[in-house]
Amino acid sequence: MNSTTASAPSVVEARRIAATVVDPEVPVLTIDDLGVLRDVRLDGQTVVVTLTPTYSGCPAIDQMRDDVLLTLTAEGFTHVRVDFTLSPAWTTDWMSEAGKQKLEQYGIAPPTHRAGERSGPIPLSLGVKCPRCGSLRTREVSRFGSTACKSHFECLACLEPFDHFKVH
Amino acid sequence: MNAQPQRDAAAIAAEHQADTEAVHGDVSVDETTLSAELAGADASATASADVAEYAMRLGDDALILSQRLGWWISRAPELEEDMALGNIALDLLGHARSLLHYAGSASGRSEDDLAYWRDEPEFRCAWLFEQPNGDFAHTIARGLIASIWMQELYTALSQSTDASLAAIGAKSVKEVAYHRDHAVQWTLRLAGGTDESRRRLLVALTDLWPYTDELFRDDELHERLEGVAPRPSGLRAGFDEIWSAVLAEAEITEADFTNSKIGQSSGGGRHGNHSTHLGPLLAEMQVLARAHPGASW
Repeated sequence: MNSTTASAPSVVEARRIAATVVDPEVPVLTIDDLGVLRDVRLDGQTVVVTLTPTYSGCPAIDQMRDDVLLTLTAEGFTHVRVDFTLSPAWTTDWMSEAGKQKLEQYGIAPPTHRAGERSGPIPLSLGVKCPRCGSLRTREVSRFGSTACKSHFECLACLEPFDHFKVH
Repeated sequence: MNAQPQRDAAAIAAEHQADTEAVHGDVSVDETTLSAELAGADASATASADVAEYAMRLGDDALILSQRLGWWISRAPELEEDMALGNIALDLLGHARSLLHYAGSASGRSEDDLAYWRDEPEFRCAWLFEQPNGDFAHTIARGLIASIWMQELYTALSQSTDASLAAIGAKSVKEVAYHRDHAVQWTLRLAGGTDESRRRLLVALTDLWPYTDELFRDDELHERLEGVAPRPSGLRAGFDEIWSAVLAEAEITEADFTNSKIGQSSGGGRHGNHSTHLGPLLAEMQVLARAHPGASW
């Protein structure tokens, strides 16, 4: 808990608390796991949290902003501001290893390789492992899935459908 | 679009308390300015009049195409396509929000002011994006031209000397890559599918190709924004390279979709002269906001 005295709020503590906020669409991941939490700093007595959206049209970002504000104020931080930045652009390369493991346990295939520049007019896709049975015999049903950040797959071995967190 | 320029944490808390068991108590924090959302590298950046005009052109392209694509939700040939076209529309709306937010900074207007309270002559989109959805092939053909162009554009824009435009370009290009994949895959599928799917695709390409040229026309604004706004004419070579490769793969030649009787459209969207299709689209898009001025969700 952070007391609301004249002493400066603790940035370390604020960061620890902000990092516990989860993505409402993928509640197994925190905004820290996702790489959405870019910075926590002090501006005078105000805690300034900087977030970056995963996709431009991601509706979850508003909820994440609200949750960061609420979580920090509930923990006693009286002056909180949330800023957004588009630069540098978010990439799945920022996703933590712990986050990837949590995703897989949750039933979502994590982004498995680094995001490279897509090149060439006719794209190729790499194999994605089924999070349930581990088979690589999977098929992309649609590049667009339940949220902007996921594509929809089916496993040809266990026959289950699953979401894949797109490499971005 | 977010119809709320400002909310404070107390309002948010009340809202959350209504639908969750969590009680946050009496919360009061600094007011959060939502308009800072999705701004460029510098959330408080203010555009010059010229930069605002340029950002409005690109923002309107994305907004109008997004509105067009939204119509497909529940109407696409298969469920996956409802989701694909809906997701593409959502990305485009995100680009439009960033661009229009920045454009509005020059005149003290919000992204919502620009989307809902401008009339036809004040819109700056190119004619391609106003074209009706037609059948599925028309939507794919329009998307193919749009996404190849946008990928070239945003790649170039990410090198802009304007930090906000560069940030928006770098962010958007990654998403547009998916849009291009989608359009390319469907182009190949329709071209190599049945006689009927190929016939429809060629009709669609014939109908939409005349609106391509407008995207690549330089004007005095680009002269004034050297280094800030990529010259449209400079994007043509990159576009042609991808376009030719896709058509070759689909075994379509230029003679299959170009008609000597039909040249390229004169367009005029960049200066507020629009096709007859924009008016009805705006009427539907703006009716709710205008029926309830100042209302918020």
